[in-house]
Amino acid sequence: MAHALPRLRGRDRTTLSGRVREERRLGWMLCAPAVLVMLAVTAYPIGYAVYLSLLRADLRFPQDNTWVGLSNYVTVLSAGTWWRDVWHTLIITGASVTIELVLGMLLALVMHRTIIGRNLVRTSALVPYGIITVVAAFAWRFAWSTAEGGFVPKIFGWSFDPTATTEPFWNYVVVILTEVWKTTPFMALLLMAGLTLVPEELHEAAKVDGATAWQRFWRITIPLIKPAILVAVLFRTLDAFRIFDSVYIISAGNNPNLETVSVLDYNELLTRLNLGVGSAISVLIFLCVVLIAFFFVKGLGTSLAQQRGEA
Amino acid sequence: MTRRHLFGWSTTNLVVLVCTLFPIFWLLMLSLKTPATIGDGRLIPASWSLANYKGIFEQGIFTSALVNSIGIALISTVIAVALASLAAYAIARLDFPGKRLVLTAALAIVMFPPISIVGPLFDMWRDLGLFNTWPGLIIPYMTFTLPLAIYTLSAFFREIPRELEEAAEVDGATPFQALVRVIAPLAAPGIFTTIILVFIFAWNDFVFAFTLTATSKAQTVPAAIALFPGASQFTQPTGSIAAAAVVVTVPIIVLVLIFQRRIVAGLTAGAVKG
Repeated sequence: MAHALPRLRGRDRTTLSGRVREERRLGWMLCAPAVLVMLAVTAYPIGYAVYLSLLRADLRFPQDNTWVGLSNYVTVLSAGTWWRDVWHTLIITGASVTIELVLGMLLALVMHRTIIGRNLVRTSALVPYGIITVVAAFAWRFAWSTAEGGFVPKIFGWSFDPTATTEPFWNYVVVILTEVWKTTPFMALLLMAGLTLVPEELHEAAKVDGATAWQRFWRITIPLIKPAILVAVLFRTLDAFRIFDSVYIISAGNNPNLETVSVLDYNELLTRLNLGVGSAISVLIFLCVVLIAFFFVKGLGTSLAQQRGEA
Repeated sequence: MTRRHLFGWSTTNLVVLVCTLFPIFWLLMLSLKTPATIGDGRLIPASWSLANYKGIFEQGIFTSALVNSIGIALISTVIAVALASLAAYAIARLDFPGKRLVLTAALAIVMFPPISIVGPLFDMWRDLGLFNTWPGLIIPYMTFTLPLAIYTLSAFFREIPRELEEAAEVDGATPFQALVRVIAPLAAPGIFTTIILVFIFAWNDFVFAFTLTATSKAQTVPAAIALFPGASQFTQPTGSIAAAAVVVTVPIIVLVLIFQRRIVAGLTAGAVKG
């Protein structure tokens, strides 16, 4: 059994008992199909994207593919469009994740603490989570669009159309609100998972010592759920960075003020049919996500280590 | 529980309900307007009509998209959960080098940007004849359904007490009998929850459906809605989109109403262990 393993390793690393070897082989065999499928559907296409990014490849003339080395990357990185769209993506990611963290924490506290209608609150919070992103984007676009009969411009008496105006501020407001509405429940559920691990006795003890609710929240709850906060923020940041659906629907696919890196890549690949440059953008987006994940995981590691050190 | 507490919580809960459900209510109201009043900006329709619903079911685009969506999402969910059950059982129960790696890789792949593989898939699918087909979407859906299923299932399987298997073995059951008679019934709720979560993910996809399909042969609901034509060249498809949006949202509302506890458990199970 598993608990016999450390002893065995300590005594002799090279000879494993039949039982342990059997367990290893079974483990690998059971994992093999899933691992092979994951490699085939993700690792292979990513590798292929890297290869395509080194070619001059136009989908209209597939026979004319030629090796161009890194020149597609030079094209992308030296053009203003890529950096402009990275900036757009970072604005949306930063704003929506920040708002979601605050609202998500409030929602998590409500779902965790409410004394009445707990199931009702949790069920209603799952509705935005479960709804199709494209549907959510249409709901918000129609509500804010003057041309499509939105009630929001009517209530405020606006003569301009927040979804079609060339004033980027309002485009971003609609996109960020859509993102926040759709994904705050997910953030809240992850935070709630952290809240359930905070021992009630700590709060009781602090109460006896005269701590206010505010002090208890900042001094007890926040430090204890820090790992849950980091995990939730990591998930949502990576998810927001790849944003495509809502931006594409709300901007009707062709508002340069609202173009994010995923929309740029879509336009390059499927509108301009430029497979080489498009693949270079694909690889760059992938690298950005890896970079973001790397920094978060490092931060998460330190915070977990700190927590263990303090305990 | 004081009266002030009760009042405070009722108000808070009401705010949550309004915030989460209002956009759905707005879509529903919009879908019930007549084509002539769709653009009037009123919250409540001036005159009520089911014309939009009649329209989308008569067009054929929407009904075939519904069939495609349900079929493609179900098939990719079933394949993913079947493969993931084996892997997750091994990760939760057996000791072998590399299991942390499998779990970490699964987590990393869930988070990776789908647009990054659209180019290669578009290129390959046209050569292989998979463009605009069901398998052409089911295969890329494995990129997120499979890792998500592995991650959620291994969290569930870890919660099944190990003593039960040991007790069954002591009582003379073979490992296979222990698996079928003892573990499978205990794992069933977790597997069922995972199916719901994975299905919601596959049902939601827009990037692959929008780029790898072209006609109603394989187009799923999100892609079809985004490309809805107006009833005529000069009318906007607002009413049809609103009606279609309501139709595809109803099953999700029914799912969360029935399985709220399970979905919450499934979403939080993996997160707690980090």
